[in-house]
Amino acid sequence: MMKAGIGSAADIIGILISAIFVAAMLIWVERRLLAVWQDRLGPNRVGPFGLLQVVADMIKMFFKEDWIPPFADKPVFVLAPTIVFITMLTGFAVIPFAPGVGIIDFNFGLLYFLALTSLSVYSVVLAGYASNNKYSLLGGLRAAAQTVSYEVFMGISIMGVVMLAGTFNLREIVEAQRDGWFIIPQFVGFIVFLVAVIAESRRAPFDLPEAEQELIGGFHTEYSGMKFGMFFVGEYLGVTLSSAMIVTLFFGGWLGPWLPPLVWFCLKTAVCIMFFILLRGSLPRLRYDQLMAYGWKVMLPVALLNLLVTGAVALTLHG
Amino acid sequence: MDSNTVMTGIESAMTQIVSELSERFGDNVFTLQQTADGIPTLWVSREKIRGIIAFLKKEARPNYALLFDLTAMDERLRTHRQGLPDSDFTVVYHLLSFGRNQDIRLKVALSEATLSLPSIFDIWPAANWYEREVWDMFGIVFEGHPNLRRIIMPPTWVGHPLCKNHPARATEMEPFSLSDERQTIEQEALRFVPEEWGMQRQSEGSDFLFLNLGPNHPSVHGAFRIALQLDGEEIIDAVPDIGYHHRGAEKMGERQSWHTFIPYTDRVDYLGGSMNNLPYVLAVEKLAGIKVPERTEVIRVMIAEFYRLASHLLFYGTFAQDVGQMSPIFYMFIDREKVFDLLESISGARMHSSYFRIGGVALDLPDGWDRRVREFIDYLPSRLDQYDKMVMKNTVIKQRTQGIGSYTTAEAIDWSATGAGLRATGFAWDYRKARPYSGYENYEFEIPSGNRGDCYDRCAVRVEEMRQSIRIIKQCLENMPEGPYKADHPLTTPPPKARTLHDIETLIQHFLDVSWGPVIPAGEASVTIEATKGLNAYYLTSDGGTMSYRTRIRTPSFPHLQMIPLMSRGMMIADLIAILASIDFVMADVDR
Repeated sequence: MMKAGIGSAADIIGILISAIFVAAMLIWVERRLLAVWQDRLGPNRVGPFGLLQVVADMIKMFFKEDWIPPFADKPVFVLAPTIVFITMLTGFAVIPFAPGVGIIDFNFGLLYFLALTSLSVYSVVLAGYASNNKYSLLGGLRAAAQTVSYEVFMGISIMGVVMLAGTFNLREIVEAQRDGWFIIPQFVGFIVFLVAVIAESRRAPFDLPEAEQELIGGFHTEYSGMKFGMFFVGEYLGVTLSSAMIVTLFFGGWLGPWLPPLVWFCLKTAVCIMFFILLRGSLPRLRYDQLMAYGWKVMLPVALLNLLVTGAVALTLHG
Repeated sequence: MDSNTVMTGIESAMTQIVSELSERFGDNVFTLQQTADGIPTLWVSREKIRGIIAFLKKEARPNYALLFDLTAMDERLRTHRQGLPDSDFTVVYHLLSFGRNQDIRLKVALSEATLSLPSIFDIWPAANWYEREVWDMFGIVFEGHPNLRRIIMPPTWVGHPLCKNHPARATEMEPFSLSDERQTIEQEALRFVPEEWGMQRQSEGSDFLFLNLGPNHPSVHGAFRIALQLDGEEIIDAVPDIGYHHRGAEKMGERQSWHTFIPYTDRVDYLGGSMNNLPYVLAVEKLAGIKVPERTEVIRVMIAEFYRLASHLLFYGTFAQDVGQMSPIFYMFIDREKVFDLLESISGARMHSSYFRIGGVALDLPDGWDRRVREFIDYLPSRLDQYDKMVMKNTVIKQRTQGIGSYTTAEAIDWSATGAGLRATGFAWDYRKARPYSGYENYEFEIPSGNRGDCYDRCAVRVEEMRQSIRIIKQCLENMPEGPYKADHPLTTPPPKARTLHDIETLIQHFLDVSWGPVIPAGEASVTIEATKGLNAYYLTSDGGTMSYRTRIRTPSFPHLQMIPLMSRGMMIADLIAILASIDFVMADVDR
């Protein structure tokens, strides 16, 4: 049974623009939240509560000289930041925001998400390669290794959910949680998936590819202006997308009493995003080899075990 | 009175090592010099120096284990040299013995025509950089040195800056201009050539990547370059390159009056503030024969310990940040800010208060100082406990720093490591306890030490030192003596004014002492203190003038950076960053 419902043009434009808007506002949210947790003020000068800081940042980035280092591989250098931006943005196509709100309702939504997050690493690897800078190259290498290792168990970790729901369709996965969110039966899967998406979004404590203190910014060392801005917004799009996915898979998506479904979805996603930011504010960075060892020696076996147990339980109960 | 003739204490110890040396090498090998600091000072011939140094390090019991300093002096313009051997340039070796709790100073006289003597880098690895520095600054050649090239000045520099005939001011030189051609030459001179350092470009299995870390890099804490030889992310070898922060502090010492040099010292270890004033004013006071009142001593100790807190708090925060933990530094900056607020209310300035004076401090403590100090020492301990949970007990921090960049006590001593870097290896040796200065013998405090000598232990030692500093400050607070805050001595700065309006001679003398500065009696004195980053010493030579003849600043960070290759071989880039953070250096303290 193949079904693919597509939202109206207004839906599509509305959702994509809100996604970009949210990602841009996250720049302000992150800076303010970190500031609060670090006993500082953060940006509070531009507009009420500093809300227009994002606008100021945007203006600055747009008007900055669009400079490409003479030693860079020009076409690839320009292309790289657009990849992360586009893949992350198109990822929103499958997110079931609420009944009737969404771009596409599509049976292999989950696989589509996995495919897009894997594609986004090209952005970082190519940026690292095209910059022709040793720090960028090291960043790109780290990103490649990290993504390859972590996406292995990212896929495996959510197979438990798929087994319980019996579908790859994200809307049906949400519907399957009417009797209880999957975070309860799939707690282990949730933890593994959480670690994997943070690693995939290359944020602290897994920000090794840019590791400011080590690689001066890693893959985006040579980037400035709007091209840097695209990496920046791409990262926040990634955070938003991952949070929306976590909510869909483990926290019952739009489900919830009293409030309208869309509000529930947005609230849950917001909490999840804040958790991402809190992690960045509290944890130190792992070392490259520790990160690899942690991925292969801890997370992968745990994910496999979770899959095995879930399968066995599902078979016993329903088989 | 010429203080070369002043014989101060410790005579028995002095005669003891001299008789040991005489027994071994014969009586007529040495010329004894008396200095204001009472450190046994012997002139030896350059043929004998290696043998004597090897004897002192290896055979003497207890031995002189630490090469504390190696420097030189251009003596061509020095006039007060009664009884000293003829010398155009003198190389000075300052050795320290833990077992005897004694120093010894060896001097070698060189004539302009033969500016060379044998290298001792094979006896002390730490001598490597010191000898390069002496060559760079004076043009004295060390025979057998493996890589005698410029270390502080740029490779293209002409002349040796600490020679008396080298200009000290821009107005004494041609106006500076940088043509395109010259710029190209200068930039080319900075290119790292692995072969010059005996490095291979490839091994059997792989081509090495040479990574230029710095001079501008977020984690090198200033302008500092390390050329890395990498196999993947693993460090095969490293070459630290210093000198980017060189401001000629030692040369300035020869052009500033004794009093006006004080603010320059603040900026040597710029995180240590007035802690830097301390060895300088103590050394000048030794030359001048000033004894400061008790209140001055206690105030100085209290201010110095506050600066230790400020420096350690910054270290703690940046250490956590360099291993990727973002938040602690903000909390610690808040605490540091409180320290600065307090120091500001006492001295009027925050980071570089230049609060100490020759013979005293600038101002008496303000009314209500005790309330603010008490508030602070009640506030900080609970914050430190929180940081323990946040940083020291964090599993990732432990994974990242335990067993990383470790060295043994023997290695530390061989490489002249002092301060927390030495104590982290398990050797609880603190100058404040071993040779109390400024009244440290009156305080109760512990010497924290580690046992693995790794990054984690270096941090842990400093954290515990902060608690001890609070203890010392508390004792200062509770036992602050009444009395004057400045010595009643004609050479104190600013000079005493009380009698100036009674007779014209005193008025003239006061006018001269204010406008030209005091004339400090001829002589030599070196004073060492346990500064924020290790042992800091000022070795001053006065030729009986209003300015120092030679100001040698021995800083702890200089030898510490020399250890980077030793600590980082076989580690990864991320480990190197943790190692750099754990050394706790500032480049001004290295390059001066």
